[in-house]
Amino acid sequence: MREHLTLHRVLTIIASCVFVVSLIVGLDWSWIERYSADIFTALWKTLLLLSVTVVCGFVLSVLLALAQLSRFKPLAWLSKSFCTLIRGTPLLLQLWLLYYGLGSLFPYIPEIRQSWLWPYLIEVWPYAFVALTLSFAGYEGEVMRGALKGVPKGELEAAYALGMSRWMVLRLIWLPRAIQRVLPTLNGEVILQMKATPLVATISFVDIFAVFSRIRQETYIIYEPLILLALVYLVIAGIITLGFSMLERRYNQATS
Amino acid sequence: MSNYREMSAFELLSFSPPGWGGYLLDGLILSLQIAGLGYFFGLLIGVIGANAKRSGNVILEDFGTLYTTVIRAVPELVLILLVYFALPEFINQILSIWDYGPFEISGFWAGVLVIAIVQGAYATEVIRGAINSVPKGHIEAAYSFGMRPFVVFYRITIPEMLPNAMPGLSNLWLIAMKDTALLAVVGFTELTLAAKQAAGATKSYFLFLIAAGVLYLAMTLISNRVFKYAERYVSKGASHA
Repeated sequence: MREHLTLHRVLTIIASCVFVVSLIVGLDWSWIERYSADIFTALWKTLLLLSVTVVCGFVLSVLLALAQLSRFKPLAWLSKSFCTLIRGTPLLLQLWLLYYGLGSLFPYIPEIRQSWLWPYLIEVWPYAFVALTLSFAGYEGEVMRGALKGVPKGELEAAYALGMSRWMVLRLIWLPRAIQRVLPTLNGEVILQMKATPLVATISFVDIFAVFSRIRQETYIIYEPLILLALVYLVIAGIITLGFSMLERRYNQATS
Repeated sequence: MSNYREMSAFELLSFSPPGWGGYLLDGLILSLQIAGLGYFFGLLIGVIGANAKRSGNVILEDFGTLYTTVIRAVPELVLILLVYFALPEFINQILSIWDYGPFEISGFWAGVLVIAIVQGAYATEVIRGAINSVPKGHIEAAYSFGMRPFVVFYRITIPEMLPNAMPGLSNLWLIAMKDTALLAVVGFTELTLAAKQAAGATKSYFLFLIAAGVLYLAMTLISNRVFKYAERYVSKGASHA
């Protein structure tokens, strides 16, 4: 059985090598040089958008989760409705609603046109940032609520008994314990967020997807740009997963 | 040309022209059809994929892993472009070897195909996890009664795994419905693009995009209710340990 398995592994490695080499040799990659600068700029922008929206969305999701767990009912209801709203409608629609809907209303309000916000509101990235942040917060808020609720009560009571303030308990005990439980799910959520970033290309944010769309239109090449684009996303997803597995290992070592 | 500027929101949303409500509903029906068909084929792929991944055959397992890993890591938008532009070209190149005429895939079926491929990858994982939670002894007992593999799967595995699979499957349906919105990017007039076109024609962006959002939200809430009933139905007699 073991020999059979190693033989199979060797064969798959050879097969994938042949596949990759035939892709490199058999297809036309001459366009890459001309566009490499654009590709790297766009890749950087995509990664920046992804990481900033994940961090901001995560902070917001903790607030949403705490609001849902609060004893003040209207606050809990508001947070719950927000999560339902975000999770119940497509992100593309939310993005268009912000950009085309709200964006078309702003110019009619003189107070906004004169405010310091105006120079930002006529750009694209604030809309992309807000839509992606809210989306991540909406999905993650529900997850964090479960995680915060799942932390054993005894641990929190012990912390209070030691005389910790509420803020200290949240910062030192409650949140770290919840995040530890939520790491595997968070990995999946971050990859979903990565898969959502190309949507911003529809409101003319120049991310990696937009650059490859332009390459396709300018060169009329069908397969190669799409294959490379899919590969770029695959690599990003791989790096995210690797990062999370390292994080999980460190986190678990610290507590066990 | 009607003067949209002087029409009220109700007139704009009315079902008969010059209102755009009927146009939105047509889009909604298309969205639901694509989501429904894609979900159905996705489940089929999921059952096949789950069995491939559990088969013990290394080659089948590798293909299953390759499929679920790649599809779940590549954005749906990229997959849509691949199915819309690269796949027909690829098929035509192969067909032209034998002198067959050009083949065209309609926007509708390309949409169904994309949704099915994406759903299949997630469904594979959901169903595999659910099957893994079925006690081995039950399946062995069925075999020892002389049931054939298909009968075991149909009469023992599926009913036993459904309570575990239901939450995941209901989530997948919601994803399928929301993913149809992405077809707007390649110019297929489903609900989201219908709303944007209506908005562009009438210049009432806010109204129509909100209306589409309300329709999506209503579908989600109704689906949630239906799946809750379904979950209760398939969990009959299941132990709640």
